[in-house]
Amino acid sequence: MKRTFSIGGVHPADSKISRGCAIEVLPTPPVVYISVAQHIGAPAKPIVAPGDKVKTGQPVAEPGGFVSAYIHSSVSGTVKSIAPRKDLAGNWQTCIEIQVEGDEWAEGIDTSDTLITDFTDDNKLIMDKIRLGGVVGLGGATFPTHVKLAPPPGKKCEMLIINGCECEPYLTSDFRTLLEKGEQVVTGVAIIKQVLGVDKATIAIEDNKPEAISHITSVLETLRKKSPKFEGISVMSLMKKYPEGGEKQLIDAVMGRQVPSGALPIDVGAVVQNVATALAVYDAVQKNKPIVDNSVTVTGDCLPMDRQHNFLVRVGTPLSYIIEHAGGMPENAVKVISGGPMMGKAIANLDAATLKGTSALLFLTAEQTKRQPETNCIRCGKCAQACPMGLEPFLLQKYARLDNAEALEENAVQDCIECGCCLYSCPAYIPLLDIIRQGKVKVMGIIRARAAAAKAAAEAAKAEKK
Amino acid sequence: MTSTIIWTIVIIAVLGLVLAVVLYLVAEKFKVQEDPRIDEVEKAMPGANCGGCGFAGCRAFAEAAVKAPNLDNNYCPVGGNAVMQKVASILGYEMVEKAPMVAVVRCNGTCANRPKINEYGGMKSCKVKAALYAGDTACAFGCLGCGDCVSACQFGALSMDEETGLPVVDESKCVACGACVKACPKGIIELRNKGPRGMRVYVSCVNKDKGPVARKACKAACIGCGICAKNCPHDAITVEGNVAYIDFAKCKLCRKCVAACPTGAIHDVNFPKPVDRTPKPAAKPAATAAAPAPVPVQPETAAPAPAKAAAEPTVKE
Repeated sequence: MKRTFSIGGVHPADSKISRGCAIEVLPTPPVVYISVAQHIGAPAKPIVAPGDKVKTGQPVAEPGGFVSAYIHSSVSGTVKSIAPRKDLAGNWQTCIEIQVEGDEWAEGIDTSDTLITDFTDDNKLIMDKIRLGGVVGLGGATFPTHVKLAPPPGKKCEMLIINGCECEPYLTSDFRTLLEKGEQVVTGVAIIKQVLGVDKATIAIEDNKPEAISHITSVLETLRKKSPKFEGISVMSLMKKYPEGGEKQLIDAVMGRQVPSGALPIDVGAVVQNVATALAVYDAVQKNKPIVDNSVTVTGDCLPMDRQHNFLVRVGTPLSYIIEHAGGMPENAVKVISGGPMMGKAIANLDAATLKGTSALLFLTAEQTKRQPETNCIRCGKCAQACPMGLEPFLLQKYARLDNAEALEENAVQDCIECGCCLYSCPAYIPLLDIIRQGKVKVMGIIRARAAAAKAAAEAAKAEKK
Repeated sequence: MTSTIIWTIVIIAVLGLVLAVVLYLVAEKFKVQEDPRIDEVEKAMPGANCGGCGFAGCRAFAEAAVKAPNLDNNYCPVGGNAVMQKVASILGYEMVEKAPMVAVVRCNGTCANRPKINEYGGMKSCKVKAALYAGDTACAFGCLGCGDCVSACQFGALSMDEETGLPVVDESKCVACGACVKACPKGIIELRNKGPRGMRVYVSCVNKDKGPVARKACKAACIGCGICAKNCPHDAITVEGNVAYIDFAKCKLCRKCVAACPTGAIHDVNFPKPVDRTPKPAAKPAATAAAPAPVPVQPETAAPAPAKAAAEPTVKE
């Protein structure tokens, strides 16, 4: 039996309709809107002013804090405005509007397709390039990579895990990246491995992508002959199960270790990076190319085969522009989702622009999105069986409805990864995740306030001692 | 046989007597000294246990009120001044009189004013909806219409108006406990002074967008133009973050702002219908003249210019 994570999980149909569609470069849109909040952490601060001429790959915003990242212009042209614009949820977000004029790249960026597998031994230089390249985790959370690659002192990383699971149904952008840019991805993995100073790196791929597994295996064989730096990297085929690509689930599947509640992956000696992030690291280090584009799957059951796409899209491209190029809005689609069907967010505003972490545009029909009327909990325990974090969603939803923060925290609502397995499995159609998320937000707020109070108290005690 | 029965009765009786004495002694020894006034205060309370005062229930309020040195911070909004008068007399404190409050829904976003640009298909809860996105109209500040406030109200004072999609406050039932204020994720509902005979003026919008954006999203939005602030003779209106706010402590209910507002975002409620003074000449016979306006029962008090107030909030394009 193939390896997978040990607790919970569900098996939605994988529906990888667009798996055969090669990545196409989407023409540059006439205008891009680059948001300053494209990553977890503090929003970036714009460093250009309206009227400035920018080139592709030139930084337009600098990190606004420790956990933050650079943002680069994805096109060349003139900065029109820096103003709030509605994001895909309809909330205001500061965006840098750039009118496209030609496509001139900033100096020092290698735009050729040549593969460079040799990389420097200077880890500091590599880290600088990753930081300046604005690389963030492209698996969904968009956590700044340079922060993740610098483990806190005293903690040692034993294994680097590269997430090639793409466990969300419908998404195929990582799969296509593995197939088409396998060498680059593997080189990126080797770079990350060297920076972390680990001996072992595992590229984990679900077994519904056999082509990717065999391709990466053969790429590894050839590259290993070239340089010893590729030793220690292996491919692992995992049993298909959602949410395998979750950080903690993947560590369980690959290493057989469970990340305790409240701990980080590094506490069990693991660092997890996504395939797309490895490619971004390769681009940043080997080509000096920051994140200016990412691959976006355009798919859905209501689209005919010839309108399924995997696009390479410039960051900040309006969603409506992508849809237009994909042949327009399908007639029977009622909902467009950014990301996969399990964790993606429904889009309320199609004029919004893509972010670094945008992985897909998924069209769903009325039939697919219709919610059944909620009925009473029948205590079947399916949600508890499905929860990959070992929580009891039926209990959490009860406490969340009662607004009982204490009981919620006792039952570890803060561990919820919002994967949606509980909601998917509930035969009574209770919107478990919707309710639990409310409780989680509340408890997280309490935990943060408590931590801040403890910190302030410690500082006050310190000041008193002095 | 008989002796067994008698013995049993005797033993049980003695046992009961001894245990009763033990129980009495224990109760005396561990007696909890409680201020008898707590019970009295609790009895005077409305007993709704709504939490509007900020305590867990009426008992908790009574305990806190007895412990506190005065009644400055303890006020039961449900019982109002009448109950607080009783509490004050029980405790021998001075009563702090407060003006009665009422919940006010500050949103004009009816289905007609605010066109929908999205359809929401998720769980019917404002909290959940607010966590997912800005709302199904272009206004990111307005009422979400799922009725969290209605389910939060223990007094049945709130209901959803099917036609407008907005919650409606029944003033006779609203006790200003503030449960709806807490329940609204958008912060639309505010507790305001009820005003003399229920008359009050308020800005019925919280949209902080700039004028054109707000106007595009909703026909009756506050566009932050500041005309109301300029027209206010009492300095009661401030415009901050593109939205006007009327300080009810300063408002003298002159209603100049209501007439001046270009979008009709300012509402006046419970004002007597204006006395029709202009069409004095007998253009129409008594039959129709008598019909339209039931003559106000109370004389005009604070409102100085009924002629001006006569103008219904007009929407200027």
